[in-house]
Amino acid sequence: MAQLDIKVLIKQVPNTAEVKIDPHTGTLMREGMESIINPDDLHAIEAALRLRDAHGGKVTAISMGPPQAVDVLREALGMGADECFLLTDRAFAGADTLATSYTLGKCIQRLGRFDLVIAGHQAIDGDTAQIGPQVAEFLDVPQVIRAITLEIKDNELLAERTAEECTEVVKCPLPALVTVTKEANDPRYLFIPLLMAAFEAEAPVKVWGSKDIGADEASTGLKGSPTKVQRTFTPSHKKKIEKLTGAPADMARTLVDRLRERRVL
Amino acid sequence: MPLFEDTPAEHAFRLALRKFIAKEFTPYREEWDRNRAVPREAWLKLGRQGYLCPYLPKEYGGSNLNFRYVVIMLQELTAGDAMCIGVTNHNDNSTRYIYHHGTEELKRRLLPKCITGEAVACFAMTEPGAGSDAAAITTKAVRHGDHYILNGSKCFITNGMFADIMIVMCRVESPDVDPKKNYSLLCVEGESIKHIRRHQFEKIGRHGQDTAEIFFENCPVPVGNLLGREGEGFKCTMQALGRERLELCIKAQVYADECLKEALAYAKVREAFGKPIGNFEHIAFELAEMATEVEIGNTFLHACVEEFIRGEDITKRVSMAKAWIPEMCNRVAYKAVQIFGGYGYMAEYRIARLYQDVRAMPIFGGTTEIMNLVIARQLGFKPIF
Repeated sequence: MAQLDIKVLIKQVPNTAEVKIDPHTGTLMREGMESIINPDDLHAIEAALRLRDAHGGKVTAISMGPPQAVDVLREALGMGADECFLLTDRAFAGADTLATSYTLGKCIQRLGRFDLVIAGHQAIDGDTAQIGPQVAEFLDVPQVIRAITLEIKDNELLAERTAEECTEVVKCPLPALVTVTKEANDPRYLFIPLLMAAFEAEAPVKVWGSKDIGADEASTGLKGSPTKVQRTFTPSHKKKIEKLTGAPADMARTLVDRLRERRVL
Repeated sequence: MPLFEDTPAEHAFRLALRKFIAKEFTPYREEWDRNRAVPREAWLKLGRQGYLCPYLPKEYGGSNLNFRYVVIMLQELTAGDAMCIGVTNHNDNSTRYIYHHGTEELKRRLLPKCITGEAVACFAMTEPGAGSDAAAITTKAVRHGDHYILNGSKCFITNGMFADIMIVMCRVESPDVDPKKNYSLLCVEGESIKHIRRHQFEKIGRHGQDTAEIFFENCPVPVGNLLGREGEGFKCTMQALGRERLELCIKAQVYADECLKEALAYAKVREAFGKPIGNFEHIAFELAEMATEVEIGNTFLHACVEEFIRGEDITKRVSMAKAWIPEMCNRVAYKAVQIFGGYGYMAEYRIARLYQDVRAMPIFGGTTEIMNLVIARQLGFKPIF
């Protein structure tokens, strides 16, 4: 078959492992918070690079976000991606998953032929896991969600995907879209010469706006987002402590009763 | 505590390296200490990611990275407890002699292996009878046809036990060179390595780091492996000395910072007589003094690094830094152990290992006493000794 053309969708997210909550306001303390590449997306890049290395071809990383999201694209180049596109435009701001999927989908269409789109299963900030499936719908290609192995044979994709209580083996024609989970692979480290080259003026990072991808601005950003956020709040977890006293056997009985009342047992 | 604000590229490099060290080196430190060796695979891993000799120009396979990246590597390796792998010696000392003073043939043949980790390099100057008094070295090379025949011994050589390439300071017996100024550098590698014997030292700390005694017995070295010219050995090393001392100060500064962090964290959680020990005035004041010393060291070191990057002569100030920062680092480590009490003396505690490791800092790369001598001379004195 011809050389593989693989697009990888990646996202810059706050490092939620380091997130601190303001104890007074209950809101996220963003100051000084580090931004990282979404963890699942590292597995998407790795999966793409392995297929490219096995079959030949090209890996293109695409991210939508503010200008500083270029950092995660440079990381993709440091891992070995061939080129990158940053979709950044005021018109893209405030997008929900539908508007984001539309924007990413338009970019992929604009880039022409592709064999495979790979995305991380979900992002650690929004946790929706909707982008992959929605982009597949937009592009009108088959989708394999939560893949853990990927193989290409005779112009077809063979993949194992995890379902609720089993693993499915699926086969689908190309082009297709796949989302991968962290079980898919062990992402490689950054290769310093490539990472350093990603910061040079001639690095293959292109920045595209709404016009470059031919987007209908009614479908991007806040305008294209049917999701309306009513309110955000930190749920309160009230703690009630009951101290058991008495003989050990009585305390054990009371404890079992309490656990049954709460349906723990 | 940053020495300087990273550029975006430097920051990306730092994070990539930090992640690599945290996964590949830090968890193995105790095992490598026990084994008294770092496996070659660790070197090959560094090489695969491009961390070996990244200063080299792209034409040799490097990334052409400047001194600020050297600083980042020193900081991250030290903070990540990965100093047992002698990578900074390989990158910033030994291989640079080949790059700066080797023939083109030697560079083309050896540097690619130094980049992949297939070859590890060491620099051998100190001898049993010549430490601070470097001019007293006796290792001798006599020319026979197209080879030098090398005899003598070297000691305290970092990477010496497993090195494939040795940059050896010796005295060349030649009618063309004044016998008082015949110090020369030879690059011992390949077949020549078969003519040496080595012995690993048992140290009080830095157990994983390979530190060796090396014996050369009629070791033939091709004349093409002479670095620079006969009699130019000291000239070559003097250029590198200020840089080496600056690098040692960077390590010592990170060690001091790490000891302080350990002590601060412990003083906040360890309770005695019903309250965290950091709330006892004596401990609080000790920590205040430690933190102040660490800040002062950082500020002075920052100035030295900036001056070095600007290409200024740092001889006096780097000697001051080398005389003060490693001593400060030991004061901080000592106090940190004291704050930990009995636990600070237990080898399983990081602070105990740091305490052992930092003791060498005021010794190698020029002792505190020799640094004071250099400073005194720079001030116009001629101390008698």
